[in-house]
Amino acid sequence: MITLYHYLILGGFLFCIGLYGALAKRSAVAVLMGIELMLNAVNINLLAFNRFLNPGDVTGHVFAIFVIVVAAAEVAVGLALVINIYRDRMTTQLDDFDWLKW
Amino acid sequence: MTSTIIFWLIAIIIMGSALMVVLLRNIVHSALFLVVTFVGVSGLYVMLQADFLAAVQLLVYAGAIAILLVFGVMLTVRGDIKYSNLFNRHKFTAGVVSLGLFLLIERIILSSDLLISNKPALESTVGPIADALLTDYVIPFEAAAILLLVAMVGAILLARGEGKPQ
Repeated sequence: MITLYHYLILGGFLFCIGLYGALAKRSAVAVLMGIELMLNAVNINLLAFNRFLNPGDVTGHVFAIFVIVVAAAEVAVGLALVINIYRDRMTTQLDDFDWLKW
Repeated sequence: MTSTIIFWLIAIIIMGSALMVVLLRNIVHSALFLVVTFVGVSGLYVMLQADFLAAVQLLVYAGAIAILLVFGVMLTVRGDIKYSNLFNRHKFTAGVVSLGLFLLIERIILSSDLLISNKPALESTVGPIADALLTDYVIPFEAAAILLLVAMVGAILLARGEGKPQ
């Protein structure tokens, strides 16, 4: 029998993989991929809570839709920034983005 | 019983392909495994009886966002594509932090006492979602529309660069 706990732990695992990708990767595009994984994990959690704790309502679904909207906006602006910086610096490695260091 | 087997199958696909996204050294392969992860998560939504969200997940994530990321890769990568997705020098610290966070989340989930409801799930979620979006959540809905417009204009302006249009 699959319970709420299975879904929550799967979501937690996916979130931690995404966090690892966002922290440990050198390429800016790979960091964006890690963030997408984290947002997906959050959506799994929202829908699982909605299904098991309050199945007659759609509050979790609405929140998941807003998370998807913000994720789409974030990845579009993030990639535009990466492409713009690439035009200037000819690199997408995050360690080379060091304008703010003195 | 069948749903148990399907859940574990989908869970293994999601966890395996998510690990591949992070661990592979070719960023194009990472992007392709990201699509597999998104499709698996969409299957999980079907199991949670969220039919509309499953369709949105396939369209927006597996369709649009994955293609956008592949575009980003194609427009920027230089040098050998086989080593385009390497780890930085915080590899081990990040691993310890992520593993610690996972153990903490797992402890909290397993020690919490959740009030499971036995009501049946909704037959179809499309109508109730439409009602909720246009009544209780109409202001966040409009704000999300403005956010998407601003993000689109901002992305076009940023990606176009400094040069004068021809």
